[in-house]
Amino acid sequence: MKLELRGITKRFGSLVANDDISLTVEPGEVHCLLGENGAGKSTLMNVLYGLSAADAGEIVVDDEPVAFSGPADAMAAGIGMVHQHFMLVPVFTVAENVMLGAEPTRGAGLLDVEATRARIREISEQYGFDVDPDAVVEHLPVGVQQRVEIIKALVRDARVLILDEPTAVLTPQETDELMGIMRQLTADGTSIVFITHKLREVRAIADRITVMRLGRVVGQAHPESTESELASLMVGRPVSLVVDAGTSDPAEVVLAVRGLTVVDDRDQLVVDDVSFDVRAGEILVVAGVQGNGQTELTEALLGLGGRVRGSVRLAGTELLGRSVREVLRAGVGFVPEDRRTDGLVGQFTVAENLVLDLYDRSPFARGPMLRHARIRSNAAERVGEFDIRAGSIDTLASTLSGGNQQKVVLARELSRPLKLLVATQPTRGLDVGSIEFVHRRIIAERDNRTPVLIVSTELDEASALADRILVMYRGSVVGIVPGDTERDVLGLMTAGYAPEQAFERAAAHPTRTGHPEYGGDGDEGEP
Amino acid sequence: MSEQERGTTATPGGEQPPQEPSVSHRLWRELTTGNAMLTVLSVVLALAIGGLLIILSDPRVQQAAGYFADRPSDTFATAWQSVSSAYAAMFRGSLVDFGEYSVVRAVRPLAATLTNATPLIAAGLAVAIAFRTGLLNIGAEGQIILGAIGAGYIGFTMDLPVVVHLVVAVLGGVLAGAVWGGIAGFLKARTGAHEVIVTIMLNYIARFLLAYLLTIAAFRRAGRSDPISPYVAESAQLPRLFEGARLHLGFLLALLAAAVVWWLLTRSTIGFRLRAVGFNPHAATTAGMSVARSYTLAMCIAGGLAGLAGASQVLGTERFLSSGISGGLGFDAITVALLGRANPWGTVAAGLLFGALRAGAVTMQAETGTPIDIVLVVQSLIVLFIAAPPLVRAIFRIRVRSRGLGAPEAKGWEA
Ligand SMILES: Nc1ncnc2c1ncn2[C@@H]1O[C@H](COP(=O)(O)OP(=O)(O)OP(=O)(O)O)[C@@H](O)[C@H]1O
Ligand SMILES: [Mg+2]
Repeated sequence: MKLELRGITKRFGSLVANDDISLTVEPGEVHCLLGENGAGKSTLMNVLYGLSAADAGEIVVDDEPVAFSGPADAMAAGIGMVHQHFMLVPVFTVAENVMLGAEPTRGAGLLDVEATRARIREISEQYGFDVDPDAVVEHLPVGVQQRVEIIKALVRDARVLILDEPTAVLTPQETDELMGIMRQLTADGTSIVFITHKLREVRAIADRITVMRLGRVVGQAHPESTESELASLMVGRPVSLVVDAGTSDPAEVVLAVRGLTVVDDRDQLVVDDVSFDVRAGEILVVAGVQGNGQTELTEALLGLGGRVRGSVRLAGTELLGRSVREVLRAGVGFVPEDRRTDGLVGQFTVAENLVLDLYDRSPFARGPMLRHARIRSNAAERVGEFDIRAGSIDTLASTLSGGNQQKVVLARELSRPLKLLVATQPTRGLDVGSIEFVHRRIIAERDNRTPVLIVSTELDEASALADRILVMYRGSVVGIVPGDTERDVLGLMTAGYAPEQAFERAAAHPTRTGHPEYGGDGDEGEP
Repeated sequence: MSEQERGTTATPGGEQPPQEPSVSHRLWRELTTGNAMLTVLSVVLALAIGGLLIILSDPRVQQAAGYFADRPSDTFATAWQSVSSAYAAMFRGSLVDFGEYSVVRAVRPLAATLTNATPLIAAGLAVAIAFRTGLLNIGAEGQIILGAIGAGYIGFTMDLPVVVHLVVAVLGGVLAGAVWGGIAGFLKARTGAHEVIVTIMLNYIARFLLAYLLTIAAFRRAGRSDPISPYVAESAQLPRLFEGARLHLGFLLALLAAAVVWWLLTRSTIGFRLRAVGFNPHAATTAGMSVARSYTLAMCIAGGLAGLAGASQVLGTERFLSSGISGGLGFDAITVALLGRANPWGTVAAGLLFGALRAGAVTMQAETGTPIDIVLVVQSLIVLFIAAPPLVRAIFRIRVRSRGLGAPEAKGWEA
């Protein structure tokens, strides 16, 4: 199926999110959309998927102009979409979610759940998803939820598949698998519109690259371009892809975690007797495949949920057992993993979100009164400093682009005096320019002698920032290794190998050299 | 978005705090973003359908329709006459009666409207503030009853100096309501019990508590065998605002309550917290806010507001306690809050509208014989249309604006 967008324009009030955009997606190609946060990529895809109506322009499928009044029309025309933010019903099972909107029936209006289940198993098998049709979505890890989204599109026989930042939430291994799936799909003639901020992925899979900036198409790039060429085309200035972390100078231990154990509300032991230190002026990166207890670890530090045992001392003061509020007051900056549910109040303005955990203290409050002028001037400053692309500071956070939402959370947490910074996936969804900026800020925080704890599944990020890397596997610490440890070794560690074994094995089979990611060895089973 | 455009919002190092959008600008935006407009259109539409029902239920029109083929103009004329006289009576009964000689008598209908609106506004605010915290307070009815019991008891048993007695009685009512609301909030916060179920049950308990109290000596009026309390002492009565009408100080208290709720929601740290919890309890928790405490607090405030409605009924409008003191006000309050979009001033406006409909309905029935139920139908239709914006948009062919990300999100699954 050949798909063409002609002169698409989309405005939100005075903001032109898409300005006269034209592009063509040929059958069987992977068409990459590159652009800064807020460039208008998701907006364009929403138009294409019939979620919002363009103010001007037309969509042409196989040389026939079409008009979509909703996603149902788009789906009928063979367009499927996996959103940047999932659109699953959390309390439904996988099969129910997949059926939703196109419920197959067996006469008399009875739902044909069995048929859907079978279809899911079939697709699951074909592409190596490992998805149980009867699992309830809210209990699934993010990575698996996304596969459900992909299955949804495939079940509806999508000929053009839109993937809006699918890899942002995936582990490197899952990303590799997704790339495999994409290749299989294009081999069958399906075309894919692929949005990502990870230039390596673009180079690995794109057949054609369109670059957007400030709502316009600024050009096509060759898939053979280097990452820095792509980056500067996108941002409009040269970008350093790896921030020079300078030298760190770790001093005394400030954060001491001892025997931290967390049992979640499903009675699972999710963090198992974890102990580590973080020093002043040191960045400790917690690595590991997603779902091995990293998130729960950080939540326990903040005092959120779960039954917790052990000890967390910040500069000698016990944090465990305190309320979230007290922990934040003690000077902890916290960037949650899921910005949309835990980091932001979507119906609050940008200005309000920028003081979400500061609103009741000076200078933003005087007694019981909010000081709106301060809240607003603070917002203006943060928006400028972090380059948050929002119509204004009164824009609702939910209308910001994904990356800009993340920047709001970061701006809030990084802009006050900190005694400890805990950030989970701090640069998820950010464009390369913003990643550079945020990494600089984190390093500045380190140089300010703040202990920094970062959870990341990005190996690039880990090696760019880490003084030391702690690898978690099934809730326990596999080992803590220096920041410059080889990826092969880290990969083995994330699969549960103790550091010594990992070093040995990596030395014995240097098979994965050149492979940019860790992971991939999980299939070798347990040590 | 161009660099220059952003420059206007982002003043790095901003010494000068950016100005808040002016009131007129905000008003304009509110009107054009559709919500206020949709509300007005919903009311208009409901009144139009109400008019149709008036026509259909009028025997004279039915008669004229009998010979429609011969003289169609007769049918139309009678129909028009029927609707216009009914709505004119309604207008006379709720706003001004130009037929009266003195000014006081002429605006008496308006006074009746405001009197009716008083408890609706206060109790509507109770539903609204809970709603903004993410709670459905179905319990205004029970909270009103408790407020009335508290205020009434202080009013007819205690003997206090003039101003003090009134103040104590009103506060007693507010407090009693706050406790009643607080119970629901506390149970929700502590045990996760759903506030809808708890408040509905508390409504029953309140109703039967009142019925029981009216059987014991302390609440019985001397010499009466029916369940009715003594009159509240004069020192505890909310003074009438002018002679010849029931309108009393309670109305001003309700307006004051609206101002306080507005301040609380938009200008105070408490309101910031309540709204954050209402929109996204997860993010609120992560930001260090206590969701449990916010629920309890919001329900206490809500109960207090409904308690004020009860106090105003017993100390101002009725001046004694009877089993019908609330008479479903707490349920109309839900509608009022919905119509007012859980916004304090919107709730005031909606309360006034419903007060007017109630006042006008009486006159309409008395003067034109149009059944009072028509007004109930109109009220229900308003709710229906408010709850189904796309319907109203379709009828008036209002173009759907691209609204927030909410739009695609909300639509994602309708597809
Ligand atoms: N519903 C909306 N209402 C108002 N503004 C919107 C809305 N949706 C998007 N925008 C604005 O349009 C611009 C483009 O947003 P879009 O989500 O398309 O960016 P993006 O290129 O996908 O960015 P990212 O890489 O961060 O996901 C942003 O400035 C955003 O704030
Ligand atoms: Mg996007």
